[in-house]
Amino acid sequence: MNILVYINTATHLSKSAFEVVTYASKIGGNISVIATGTASDDVLASLGEYGAKNVLIDRSVATDDAHQLTQLIGNAVTATQADLVLFSHDIIAKAVAPRLSVKLKAGLVSGAIAIPDTSNGFVVKVNVFSGKAIGHVAVNSAIKIVSLLPNSIQPEKTGNACSVSAFDGNVSASKITVLETKKPEGAIPLPEAELVVSAGRGLKGPENWNMVEDLANALGAATACSRPVADIGWRPHHEHVGQTGVAIRPNLYIAAGISGAIQHLAGVNGSKVIVVINTDAEAPFFKAADYGVVGDAFDVLPKLTEAVKKFKATQH
Amino acid sequence: MKILVCISKSPDTTSKIAFTDGNKQFDENGVQYIVNPYDEWYALVRGLELKETLGGSLTIITVGNVADEAIIRKALAIGADDAVRIDAEPKNAYYTAMQIAHYAKENNFDLVLTGKETINYNGSQVGGMLAEALDLPFISLATKLDVTNNVARMEREIVGGVQVVEATLPLVVSCAKGMAEQRIPNMRGIMAARTKPLTVIPAIATDELTTYVEYGLPSAKSAVKMIDPSNMDELVALLHNEAKVI
Repeated sequence: MNILVYINTATHLSKSAFEVVTYASKIGGNISVIATGTASDDVLASLGEYGAKNVLIDRSVATDDAHQLTQLIGNAVTATQADLVLFSHDIIAKAVAPRLSVKLKAGLVSGAIAIPDTSNGFVVKVNVFSGKAIGHVAVNSAIKIVSLLPNSIQPEKTGNACSVSAFDGNVSASKITVLETKKPEGAIPLPEAELVVSAGRGLKGPENWNMVEDLANALGAATACSRPVADIGWRPHHEHVGQTGVAIRPNLYIAAGISGAIQHLAGVNGSKVIVVINTDAEAPFFKAADYGVVGDAFDVLPKLTEAVKKFKATQH
Repeated sequence: MKILVCISKSPDTTSKIAFTDGNKQFDENGVQYIVNPYDEWYALVRGLELKETLGGSLTIITVGNVADEAIIRKALAIGADDAVRIDAEPKNAYYTAMQIAHYAKENNFDLVLTGKETINYNGSQVGGMLAEALDLPFISLATKLDVTNNVARMEREIVGGVQVVEATLPLVVSCAKGMAEQRIPNMRGIMAARTKPLTVIPAIATDELTTYVEYGLPSAKSAVKMIDPSNMDELVALLHNEAKVI
């Protein structure tokens, strides 16, 4: 099988890039990468350690226009004779993979959570019903497209650096004009964070968020919040996790002062481990939690922060 | 301006999710269907606001069977002018997109709006597929949309931030939170919806590129372990030694 993996890069590669190349490696085949972005050849070559045989890069194509990216990846599919195209299931993939599916008449599975079962055809598992069920999707077309849900598999190094070559994506002029791009500096994007500390109305006001940030800093975690907190403007909307906000699946999700409404759970029920801190022992969130603490966030969060700091000190 | 809003049915968020027929079919027993919230709250309502400001018409379209006319009437009650139902089971996103694209190609819309995803299949696929089939620009996960002199200005989510972009109509936009506020239909709207035009058209033949062959439920969580609030060292130790996440 010829596999083509699409990766967008910055100076460094994100963990999701290593995940999706590892995923390709576990499926098995001749793995090429088509990349965009600014990473140097040396950085790109490291993808070989995870199983890539060759990396093609077109640094001139931006990720702002799904149509251009579709042309670029489509041309790379032709060049590599790929019969499987892989993405990490991020915002770019959500825009590009469906277009590519129509262009190539290739069946698309979005948000895979496991290696495809090839014992009888090509069947991929995905979360459906907002994480409340799992669907098994058979792909019937000759060319197949799969986007991998971040944090579904761990990156594994198996080989050595690979070759990197320039690729001319041969794209037409964009019909989209970018007027402004706003990215907060230094923050860990929530969908990529492995550890997340989140809080809700139980924190009583934005001025108390330093307790959340202190714990997040001690852990090296990202911060998040519930919908009411974003709606009343205590925290920015991009921190809102839940059904209408961002869906995340970190290794650890710590929720303080969040009752755990079904709409909130829909955005976090993919988390590997959930810790719930709430004054109300009857809060529905405890039913979805692995560890629960019945107590006031104002008391528990600082104590937990101290305990984490103490633990971290013993690790060095 | 001619606006097309794609709507899908989805089970109410609180529905019990179960399967029948050897886990091959979603168990609809006792399930209340609603208009997929992203389609209704964001795509439909923003479309209506634009129509009310700029003039024109707003058509809703869904792929589904006769039972889905309940959600169509709801969307008409909120304010859509007319509706189209493509008479077929929406087997998957590609099938659905090809049906809608076939209709849209013949009817020249300036703006095609979808919700960011459905809450049952969560694929986020139909909007992008429509854009490719119609050969139009696609703006995904837009949180703001305004149109002036045939140019749309949008704010959208990007990896780690937001972006403001412009594109000339026609185009396809998928709508996320921030676009608009939910509208509750009033009695006048509900009465008017009964007589608004609803056209039923047959499906076109489309390749079945993917098939849902089976469903399952996630493995049940083990019971929650309660920790004394005065013993956070124990919680940290459990997260390290037992859960192995820190």
